[in-house]
Amino acid sequence: MSISSGATPALGHSLDISSTQPTPFLRLVRTELRKTWDTRAGFWLLLSTAILTGLVMVIQLWVVLVQDLEVSYNDFLTSTNFSIALLLPVIGILLLTSEWSQRTAMVTFSLEPRRPLVIAAKLVVGIALAVAAVVIALVLATVCNLLYGAMSGSEVEWDLSVLQTLSFVLLQVIGMLTGFAFAALLLSSPAAIVLYMVYSFVLPSIFGIGAALIGWFEDLQPWIDFNDAQTPLIDATMTGEDWAQFAVSGFIWLVIPLAIGLWRVLRAEVK
Amino acid sequence: MITVEGLTRKYGSFTAVDNVSFVCQPGRVTGFLGPNGAGKTTTMRVMVGLTPPTAGRVTIGGHLYSDIPNPGRHVGVLLDASAQHAGRTGREILELGARTMGLPSSRVDEMLELVSLTPVEAKRRLRNYSLGMKQRLGIAHALLGDPSVLILDEPANGLDPAGIRWMRGLLKGYAERGGTVLLSSHLLHEVEQIADEMILIGNGRIVAQGDKKSLLANAGDSVAASFVTALDNERLAQALQAKGITVAKAGEGLRVEAETVEVGRTALESGAVLTDLRSAEGRLEDLFLELTAETQREAV
Repeated sequence: MSISSGATPALGHSLDISSTQPTPFLRLVRTELRKTWDTRAGFWLLLSTAILTGLVMVIQLWVVLVQDLEVSYNDFLTSTNFSIALLLPVIGILLLTSEWSQRTAMVTFSLEPRRPLVIAAKLVVGIALAVAAVVIALVLATVCNLLYGAMSGSEVEWDLSVLQTLSFVLLQVIGMLTGFAFAALLLSSPAAIVLYMVYSFVLPSIFGIGAALIGWFEDLQPWIDFNDAQTPLIDATMTGEDWAQFAVSGFIWLVIPLAIGLWRVLRAEVK
Repeated sequence: MITVEGLTRKYGSFTAVDNVSFVCQPGRVTGFLGPNGAGKTTTMRVMVGLTPPTAGRVTIGGHLYSDIPNPGRHVGVLLDASAQHAGRTGREILELGARTMGLPSSRVDEMLELVSLTPVEAKRRLRNYSLGMKQRLGIAHALLGDPSVLILDEPANGLDPAGIRWMRGLLKGYAERGGTVLLSSHLLHEVEQIADEMILIGNGRIVAQGDKKSLLANAGDSVAASFVTALDNERLAQALQAKGITVAKAGEGLRVEAETVEVGRTALESGAVLTDLRSAEGRLEDLFLELTAETQREAV
């Protein structure tokens, strides 16, 4: 086609914006969701998260059958600590940092200057992916539990309450959000991933050693160790004090980095 | 129309853009010319809200960029053709833009055709694109939303001669239909042939602005010169020298220290048949170097 039919600029010195609708939020969310799988790297990260989830459960099922152990539905689900819980934060990190490492933030923010909406859209996508991961995990665990029942001849145990399911969802969403917060704080994929790994694998042992050696630290630790504070969520045994510790440590590890990071993203000069 | 008013951007003690004001009129291509690091890119980034100004402001059609709803539909922006995800295909990059703006996928095909990227090329990932292909894709991205204002930073960079000619035609046609075009370059000859209006920037300051003619007129005492070739160079040279005009042999023709109009008149009077007559190139370049000389020395 010729450009005359494609690009006919309006005449005049002022821009008539009265008939232009602002970009709807849902459209931003859909675009951000598309960005998570439209590159080879993104696509395989999502797919391998699902594949790994299945693989870990299959291995678990196989070991259980070989060793003639007794397992329940919930046991299959907790195996996702080695799959979803590991990779969801990475997805959360890349949601944000890839815009910086690939410099696409320039395009994204010139097409939508309302940066808080773009970040909010990314957050919605992150939460949606976490929920989708949980749904996949629930389905896979169901299949594995049925297979276990059929192949071992033992009685199949469905020991998952609504409360536990919700706790499980919350746990995964928090993992995703922690990654997202670290990403906003550092705006660099490798730095944010390293920080997340230190936070989830190195920090708990340091906290543990500190609590064992230093008296006063033992009292402090539950209030500042966000990993530890989430443990009762796994089997949905949160008490009032647990929730308080969860809130305080979550404020330190989730809210503060997210707030500083967002403040930075919203003000940053985008290069 | 783009209006830049008293724009200043400082980075610590360094002033990247220093009290810059200019206007880009609709229906015209405005060339933004200056050596590397003169402040062109910073000015353009402030225009689209990616860099906050220290002082001053930029309005596009009377609005701040951040106040324009769905700005891609009004202002086409190309700041850096390489600032796209290397793992995305060319088509997908346009698709994301089209979806953000709420445009149908057919618009993507139209733009790919407009910038002559074949369907096979469009399926390749950006990391496999040459700079010229990235520029074409970037121009397609800027034109996606059918905007009335175009802001292009170094769009000719990496284009081959045929590509530059193509872009020149595209932007001229766009301006003729009433669009506002601002394009930057550090190469004079790129801008000279395409821009109706030129803004010369050096060291963060505007050093000159106007169309080519008025820029040269303001250049003051530098002597006008022409290149001329006639069937009988000897005869023309004698006629010019008779008027006291300095003539020198240059290649196949002559270099004359006079305006083309004076050479033409002399040729008519003397009956010499001209085969070529043009203003001596390089004067604008001299002007450009002269005006930005201070910046260039300091930058070294």
